[in-house]
Amino acid sequence: MTGTWTLLRHFLWRDRWMLTWWSLGTTVLYWSQAVSVKGLYATQAEFDAAAASMEGNAALISMAGPARALNTVGGQVTWQATAFGAIVVGLMSMFLVVRHTRAEEESGRDELLRAAAIGRAAPTVAAVLVALVANVLAGALVAASLVSVPLAVADSVALGVGLAAVGAVFTGTALLAAQLTGGARAAYGLAGAVLAVAYVLRAIGDVGTPFLTWISPIGWYQGMYAFSGLRWWPMLPLLAAAVLALAAALWVFARRDFGAGVLPTRPGPARASAALTRGLGLATRLQRGSVIGWAIGMWLMGLAYGSMGSDVGDLIGDSELSRDMFARGAGDLVDGFYATAIVLLALMSCGFAVSSALRPRGDEDVGRVEVLLATGLSRTRWLLASMAVTVAGSVVVVLAAGLGLGSGYALVTGDDAAVVDLTVATVPYVAPVLATAAVASLLFGLAPRLAGLAWLVLGYAVVVLMFGELLSIPERLQGLSPFHHLALVPAEDFRWAPFLALTALAAVLGGAGVAAFTRRDVEVR
Amino acid sequence: MADPIEISGLVKTFGHVRALDGLDLDVAQGEIHGFLGPNGSGKSTTIRVLLGMLRKDGGEVRLFGSDPWAHAADLHRRLAYVPGEVNLWPSLTGGEVIDLLGRLRGGLDERRRAELLERFELDPTKKGRAYSKGNRQKVALVAALASDVELLVLDEPTSGLDPLMESVFQECVDHFRDSGRTVLLSSHILAEVERLCDRVSIIRAGRRVETGTLSELRHLTRTSVAAETVRPLAGLDGLSGVHDLEIDGHRVFFEVDTARLGEALGIIQEAGVASLTATPPTLEELFLRHYGDHTKPPP
Repeated sequence: MTGTWTLLRHFLWRDRWMLTWWSLGTTVLYWSQAVSVKGLYATQAEFDAAAASMEGNAALISMAGPARALNTVGGQVTWQATAFGAIVVGLMSMFLVVRHTRAEEESGRDELLRAAAIGRAAPTVAAVLVALVANVLAGALVAASLVSVPLAVADSVALGVGLAAVGAVFTGTALLAAQLTGGARAAYGLAGAVLAVAYVLRAIGDVGTPFLTWISPIGWYQGMYAFSGLRWWPMLPLLAAAVLALAAALWVFARRDFGAGVLPTRPGPARASAALTRGLGLATRLQRGSVIGWAIGMWLMGLAYGSMGSDVGDLIGDSELSRDMFARGAGDLVDGFYATAIVLLALMSCGFAVSSALRPRGDEDVGRVEVLLATGLSRTRWLLASMAVTVAGSVVVVLAAGLGLGSGYALVTGDDAAVVDLTVATVPYVAPVLATAAVASLLFGLAPRLAGLAWLVLGYAVVVLMFGELLSIPERLQGLSPFHHLALVPAEDFRWAPFLALTALAAVLGGAGVAAFTRRDVEVR
Repeated sequence: MADPIEISGLVKTFGHVRALDGLDLDVAQGEIHGFLGPNGSGKSTTIRVLLGMLRKDGGEVRLFGSDPWAHAADLHRRLAYVPGEVNLWPSLTGGEVIDLLGRLRGGLDERRRAELLERFELDPTKKGRAYSKGNRQKVALVAALASDVELLVLDEPTSGLDPLMESVFQECVDHFRDSGRTVLLSSHILAEVERLCDRVSIIRAGRRVETGTLSELRHLTRTSVAAETVRPLAGLDGLSGVHDLEIDGHRVFFEVDTARLGEALGIIQEAGVASLTATPPTLEELFLRHYGDHTKPPP
């Protein structure tokens, strides 16, 4: 353990901005809900009516959590913020832990640290402590911000404490993932999958299969029922899971070799196939796994939404607010629900597109691109190959989401035509997905260090979809989201103009990115 | 025909930092040219400008007679580059990377590839993430040495190799040069440079401070002499160019500017030589003369 304290301080200093932004972001997520809901309804009667319409809404429940005391500000905050808050701290913990453990080990920097006079486990323990500090910080800020609104102290504190505990659980699972896998990318994949499964379990559980909620850490957190009959005992499974995951991770850590994972790395071919070294071969090979993974994941997501079938009509109810949110005021409620589900699936698929568009940046950052570009491969060809795979991969992922949605719906309702209809309705979302990815490409060309900011475009689009109506964001500002323009098929008829405009925008931004990259220095580490 | 590498007055700035400040470098066909300098002196920056990765801010850079920024990909087919820090794709095997880089350069010598794998004791079926630093470097070295190119650009290529592999590396580079091809070897392993290089350029703070063959450079510095004479020695202390003279009875130690070595030896001979060792300056001493405070500057 020698050196843990020194390392902890070093890590905290290195991560000071990350910690600041993540914890402030989480706090704003909760606090903004409280403040916006507070001013939204003129009378309690109006609030009650709105709450009643939300309470029976299966889609909202599957997205957010169990609907309890929705006619109170606290109940609204709990409902709107906890699931996403848990995901945010989960992602934060995952990034913090893997970044200081497996990523360092993979790069070899960790070797340098461990060779110094520090304990073998010191970097690992320090990484866990950093993540715990971050979670406690986020929890404390959330609690303090809610108390300041003001909301009931005990329940506000419970939301903060529970949030920190969820973060601790995901700190543990991320550390375990970092021990089991042999590389940072795989560790992120595994830890992210755990997070996704936790969210999906409670989504399905909350709609009608309660026991599934009770095997999800996010479900435990929401099971504390803050602002609706607070109870503390769900903290027990949360803390137990965190301790268990951390203990398991440390147990694996103590038994594996430096640099090794537990999941085996198999030997590969001694020679490159002819396909690898031609045209798109390398780019395809590097992204193949992630395209397949995303396609399967999005197919399952689509299936989950689709299998709600046509019952959503009854569940959504017929209040005006519900209509506004879900059907955007247009026609049939079921169609409105699926139109929104398609946008949601497209936003998730966009995660693939942006991370794929950021791959060239990753290659540049770790110095792989230098060796490659010192051969007969030109910069333009290298970047275009990678972008071509981003485009093709995005089409595959979005298509998989649409197919899942259609298949799920057809399975439940027996309406086989829905497979084609819902798939056709989903595919045009490739345009806003690629427009968002193209922002990443443009940033890569112009200012590579800022390329990651492309995620903000996606984040903004999520905010507009989720809270655009609720926070009454002006239409002009909502229009900044690339996902705001397509016709809401099947609730509306498809329109070509916005689709073509977004496709053209993506092409122009991407082209500008290539042009900028050929004119700048390759970044030197 | 133009020399493979011709650089004059090269300037490159990063923000306010002037990384290269009027650097000159000429590498002739068929030589192994040592490129020496401490960390941060601009060696890697020079190489990256030479490869068209960085855009120059001033001066002239010619690679095979043309501009590397404008014609990067075409020129790259004629050379192979090994960086000091090799990072591989985690999911590709070493063998795949060797083939990939080789084919992108325009082809690999199959026999040579097999031979190099054996000599470097490299397992080509391991995935990139499973290699150690030294083995990653070997992957890049095998890819470079098995490629059919005219020029090798090596940026501290042996920093992760063990001594045994380093000698394999040296033999391979020697062999490469023997077929009339050219090598630019950036290094701070002086023994390696001394063993391999025909000419060296020493740079400091983005400028070349010395260039020439090793013997030319040696001429600028001092030779250490230890001798035992039959009769007591006289006259050495009056000779200009002699430094750090110590006389201990019949034994004498001193350093002498290499240009005055003959005269000094003449004086010793007059006293009758019992034993004599003269040590030429090592590259290390040359190096320290420019960077360290260990040797005084020549008068």
